[in-house]
Amino acid sequence: MTAPAVQPRAFSRRSALFGGLCLCCMPNLGRAAESFAMEEVGPGIFIRKGLIADATAENADAIANIGFIIGKNGVLVTESGGSLADGAWLRAEILKRTQKPITHVVLSHVHPDHAFGAGAFVEDKPVFIGHAKLTEALAARGEFYRKRLIDLLGEERTGPVVYPTMTVADTAEVDLGDRRLTFTAHGPAHTTSDLSMIESGSGLLFPADLLFVNRIPSLDGSLKGWLKEAERLKSMGPHRAVPGHGSVAVDLAPALADLIGYLTALRDGTRAAIAKDVPIEKAVDSVARDQRDKWVLFDTYNGRNVTVAYQELEWE
Amino acid sequence: MMLRIGQTLSSLALGLALATTALPPAAWAAGASDTDQERAARWQEIAKSIFGDRQIAPTDSLVKIDAPARALDAALVPITLTMPNDGQIKAVSLIIDDNPAPYAAKFEFGPAADPTELKLRVRVNNYTDMHAVVETQDGKLYEAKQFVKASGGCSAPMGMSDEEAMKGMGDMRMKFAETGAGKPVEATLMVRHPNFSGMQMNQVTRDFTPARYIDKLTVSAGDQTVFTLTGDISISSNPVINFAFKPDGKPIQVAASDNQGGHWQHSFTPPSPTN
Repeated sequence: MTAPAVQPRAFSRRSALFGGLCLCCMPNLGRAAESFAMEEVGPGIFIRKGLIADATAENADAIANIGFIIGKNGVLVTESGGSLADGAWLRAEILKRTQKPITHVVLSHVHPDHAFGAGAFVEDKPVFIGHAKLTEALAARGEFYRKRLIDLLGEERTGPVVYPTMTVADTAEVDLGDRRLTFTAHGPAHTTSDLSMIESGSGLLFPADLLFVNRIPSLDGSLKGWLKEAERLKSMGPHRAVPGHGSVAVDLAPALADLIGYLTALRDGTRAAIAKDVPIEKAVDSVARDQRDKWVLFDTYNGRNVTVAYQELEWE
Repeated sequence: MMLRIGQTLSSLALGLALATTALPPAAWAAGASDTDQERAARWQEIAKSIFGDRQIAPTDSLVKIDAPARALDAALVPITLTMPNDGQIKAVSLIIDDNPAPYAAKFEFGPAADPTELKLRVRVNNYTDMHAVVETQDGKLYEAKQFVKASGGCSAPMGMSDEEAMKGMGDMRMKFAETGAGKPVEATLMVRHPNFSGMQMNQVTRDFTPARYIDKLTVSAGDQTVFTLTGDISISSNPVINFAFKPDGKPIQVAASDNQGGHWQHSFTPPSPTN
């Protein structure tokens, strides 16, 4: 109901190239969203599971786990969505459940599938919370991502680049009246702007994309840094977490073990390739192959992860 | 030089780390639908602007390009150039036809060179033909071609601030592969340099980070030149070049300069040949 109507461009020739799918039969987000359900993972904490897929014109980049927390004094959006359309869908889900004002929106990191839903909340004038390095990262990439999304979704469904109004350099706390959110700004890991959050009522950890479940992690910050921050997450206390992708809530220890397993295979395999003078174009096909059966979209992302890891580790 | 501005601007939006951002590759990338005739005509125009009216004959033995058919990362496309080591190759040029500055690199070989295999990493902005043109000692030109699918490599922002990207600028490392006595030595040269393309935008200042790239790099073995590289914005940030040279026991000297007056020199000691 709130998702804008399908733009004419959704049926243009370029869209028709997507996987040879017949787009005439594909629903737009408004209808697709009906199959999305908000799951209540803790008291007043609602999460939608993102699709384990890449952004397309049809899915409006609704590929991340997004949701909200209804507190005594207001609503905090844990992740806003991958586009204005996705954010508008989430906002409608909030309005179905509460009349409380939307006071906070978290921008967990720079990537578009987590950042572009924020545009749907601008009218609520919330505090947009982000990592201290997020402003800089959005400055460098935001417009680039936006144009890329516009090509896919059209301008109306993409929305603006939204910058944080409250930045976190180390830790910070937000009080919703009956519960508190404790934020931690992480060092370069998945990206250079990863922000995690712990909710005091449920004890749930929201690591955003520091934790991938089921979907292959994508590396865009620092491999060594990510392994370090993954260890840090372990020591933060919570036993349950809401990952950035995959199931809406998981036991933290085994999920982190899987993530660390992949990142370690990536690190050790890439280091070994560099030590043996295996060039980057060969390493992309050989490193971390034993992880292939454990992750969805492995073939799409692993080679790219090796490319990023190689550039970091070759300077060791 | 033909710039094809319209196409270049329309491609600014595409690409960057597509895999890490969960946006799929742009199948409609600028240049994707050009016909072979259009590509050939473009190459004619570029070749003329670089080599004038000199004839360029096709070859499949004097130079070969290996590049991924579809790039995993448009800002870092690994290229291998293979050439015979019989003293007849004087220079090789790499041209990425549809890049905003197509002339990516020229390597002029000196007496200490073994041009058998040369690797470098480049940015690719569009679906494009890539040409390697070798010049032989008798002054003749020969070309080989490879088509590459990639987009946005030149405009892709780096994952860090300009300041961060410039940290350690001019640092260099060299790795040497093990080798037998009297054999050419394979080496990998790594240079810390952002190689800003001039097409990466900072949204806060609404400015493009000015182009700053390695424009000249000379590698020598003792007094003898291995190669001199003339570079441009198409070379990836933190350039890495694999090459081979004929050792004479003296240190390897590297001198690099960029288009903004930066100048760096380093010396490396190759391992003693094992008998």
